[in-house]
Amino acid sequence: MLFEQILFFVAAIGAIGGALGVVLLRNPFYSVLSLIAHLLALAVLFLLLRSEFLAAAQVVVYAGAIMVLYLFVTAYVGGAAPSAWRGGEAGGIGQLGVIMAGALFIVISLAVLGSSLDALDTRGAELEPGFGSPGEIGQLLLQKFLIPFEAASFLLLVAAVCAVMLARRRRGLDDDPGEAVGP
Amino acid sequence: MDVVWFVVLSALIFAIGAAGVMTRRSPLVILLCTELMLNACTLALLAFARMHGSGDGQIFALIVMVVAACEVVIGLGLIVAIYRKRMALDVDKLSELRG
Repeated sequence: MLFEQILFFVAAIGAIGGALGVVLLRNPFYSVLSLIAHLLALAVLFLLLRSEFLAAAQVVVYAGAIMVLYLFVTAYVGGAAPSAWRGGEAGGIGQLGVIMAGALFIVISLAVLGSSLDALDTRGAELEPGFGSPGEIGQLLLQKFLIPFEAASFLLLVAAVCAVMLARRRRGLDDDPGEAVGP
Repeated sequence: MDVVWFVVLSALIFAIGAAGVMTRRSPLVILLCTELMLNACTLALLAFARMHGSGDGQIFALIVMVVAACEVVIGLGLIVAIYRKRMALDVDKLSELRG
């Protein structure tokens, strides 16, 4: 019990620190690395919530695959912008954004704490032995949630086709004539 | 740990991501902040799945992860296309649809 609390606070501090790093660091490359740290801390929190499969998927798919895509594009596009913050010439817009986000946090917290969900202050319902295991996830995906599962796969297909269309070199549309020559 | 801790933590991460979307100007970092917000939603979904003791919320979280992957692919494709056109990677300057 005590170990669980210590683990929660360590992982929560890691997650908040990673999130702040994403927002505050100037170099986008460091922002991506900070997001990876955030995702790993979040995977620990998922484990505390007894969702082992999601934690593993978070580490392997998110921190492993998607973030590598981000790192490649960040390295391709290049380093820090000269003025990363909008506050520069736009006046108080940047500060306004921070204030709005603080208000958003307060509103969501009030909505959660003021809700009449009694179970929020407990550790949750009693769990069956297989809760969160790959077997149970697979059974739910292929029986109860078959249509959302197929819709998700179709969505992935559409996204892949769109990415190919976006990355294609269009003949005559590129500014650099040397680049447009290709198969 | 009580479930409410996880929900409040996810609200905090969501607010940090929203602050990033509103204050940063590089589209790459704005995409990263959107990821933060999606992850906060995943954490809230898993907390509620734990609260009810049913696996439905975990399936929902898995679908959110799929949507996040699609969003990353399209967003990064757009950023690379913008970069190839030699346009400034700055959301304040990218105010026209015409390429």
